[in-house]
Amino acid sequence: MHTAVNLWPLLGVAVIVVGFLLRAHPVLVVVVACAVTGFAAAMDVEHLLGSLGAAFIKTRNLPLIYLLPLAAIGLLERFGLREHAQAGVARIAAATTGRLLIVYLFVREGSAALGLTSLGGQASMVRPLVAPMAEGAAEARYPALSDRMRHRIRAMAAATDNVGLFFGEDIFVAFGAILLMQTILRAEGIEVDPLHMALWGIPTAVSAFIIHAWRLHRLDDAIGRDAIE
Amino acid sequence: MILAVDLFYWLIGLLLAGVAIMAARDPSNPRRWSTALFWALYAALYLAGEAMPPVGAGAMMILMALIAGFGGVRAGGHLSLAGAARAASARRLGHWLFLPALVIPFVTIVFSTLLRDVRIDARFLLDPKNLTLVSLGCGAVAALAVACWLTRASPLQGAREARRLIDAIGWALVLPHMLAVLGLLFAEAGVGKAVAHVVTDYINMDSRFVAVAVYCIGMALFTVVMGNGFAAFPVMAGGVGIPVLVHRYGANAALMAAIGMFSAYCGTLMTPMAANFNIVPAALLELPDRNAVIKAQMPTALPLLAANILLLYFLMYQ
Repeated sequence: MHTAVNLWPLLGVAVIVVGFLLRAHPVLVVVVACAVTGFAAAMDVEHLLGSLGAAFIKTRNLPLIYLLPLAAIGLLERFGLREHAQAGVARIAAATTGRLLIVYLFVREGSAALGLTSLGGQASMVRPLVAPMAEGAAEARYPALSDRMRHRIRAMAAATDNVGLFFGEDIFVAFGAILLMQTILRAEGIEVDPLHMALWGIPTAVSAFIIHAWRLHRLDDAIGRDAIE
Repeated sequence: MILAVDLFYWLIGLLLAGVAIMAARDPSNPRRWSTALFWALYAALYLAGEAMPPVGAGAMMILMALIAGFGGVRAGGHLSLAGAARAASARRLGHWLFLPALVIPFVTIVFSTLLRDVRIDARFLLDPKNLTLVSLGCGAVAALAVACWLTRASPLQGAREARRLIDAIGWALVLPHMLAVLGLLFAEAGVGKAVAHVVTDYINMDSRFVAVAVYCIGMALFTVVMGNGFAAFPVMAGGVGIPVLVHRYGANAALMAAIGMFSAYCGTLMTPMAANFNIVPAALLELPDRNAVIKAQMPTALPLLAANILLLYFLMYQ
């Protein structure tokens, strides 16, 4: 009964997995995967190029989130924003990297849950403010911070923004994901109140906060150990 | 619409065209011509937009990928203020430096909440389909204006600084865009159907716990492959969630949906395919390991996925 399903397009998935495992250039992996998937689905070259081009034009809104704030952020960096953020946090005696990021996680997740998803972001918040502050808090305590630990702190700052955003926004009723779920369930004949879906997201949102905050708390210990070595 | 998203496409197109010109005139870049061509092609996509024939845009995307894939996109030279001058300026401006940085989220939030339904002469002030993006664009322009006023720098200097950051991100900037294209192609080629077929045909779901685990882990794995939870949700909900969990075991549909989407997000935290969340930030923060953000997120994502399975298993009859 399943003979109608064409399994060949799965080759495109295989290309992605193998490409990333071999650490090939990601952009080339994506293009090869596009070609393999297209031919496996029996598209000819013109059809494939047309599909790729139409999708490329349609999705050009995606990079805008990064590109739009760059001029303002770059200008502020030129005049010392990152240095100022670092120096400011170093004056707060109670500030540690972990505590600072836990506060940021709480604000990010809480504001996303209220629908304020733009209060944050990797280009507009993490690079100019959150990462320099997290690094500055560690540096104020341990001036001889290793590069390895510096990079780990920055990566954790980026991770904290993502975790807060993902697990906060889904408990906001008007968020796109909730509407998508409602549409799909309705197509299958199941009526669900969006408010119930948002409410049932709360246990996971709380778990995400606890797990990630605990890891941030442990990051402080790791920074301390790194300084002793 | 008075402020349509196209306005910001043109603005970014102009910025990228400026980046291309600056790259072409920068002899310190060993690959300045291929770098300039790469950014000029990208600028053309934003400036021409829907006027471009799809086949041409597709060929352009392949050419850009080849330039990037064979090392043709390099960073140029940048003149920054000397450390002492920057420290002096940071002391002089003090907390005022935070102001433009906070203007971006402030304007975005105010515009997207308070001005969402405002019309002038029956035309929407802000593009309702791209509300957040247009609000963010207004916030970014306002922040640039405030930053120029504060620092007495020209908007052109802003463009130079944007180029410095774009150079720091490099080809990783277009990776999320190309992955989104691949995601749409996967959908057109029926990859989702094929995965659902494999999952439901080869795994026995007579045990309720196995069914719950297959649903949650499948959601995460599928997101790892597609890079987007929105692509995974219809497949796994249609393949396992609704027929097995809801119809066979009588699970609460709202709970099944909510936890399913969160399981997909656990996958998003673990995949280079979600490049805008995982790979671009690594480049933005100048980390030598491009998977550093994923490695930082793994120990949160895996326990959270386990928590999701348990939550769905124990709460499904609520």
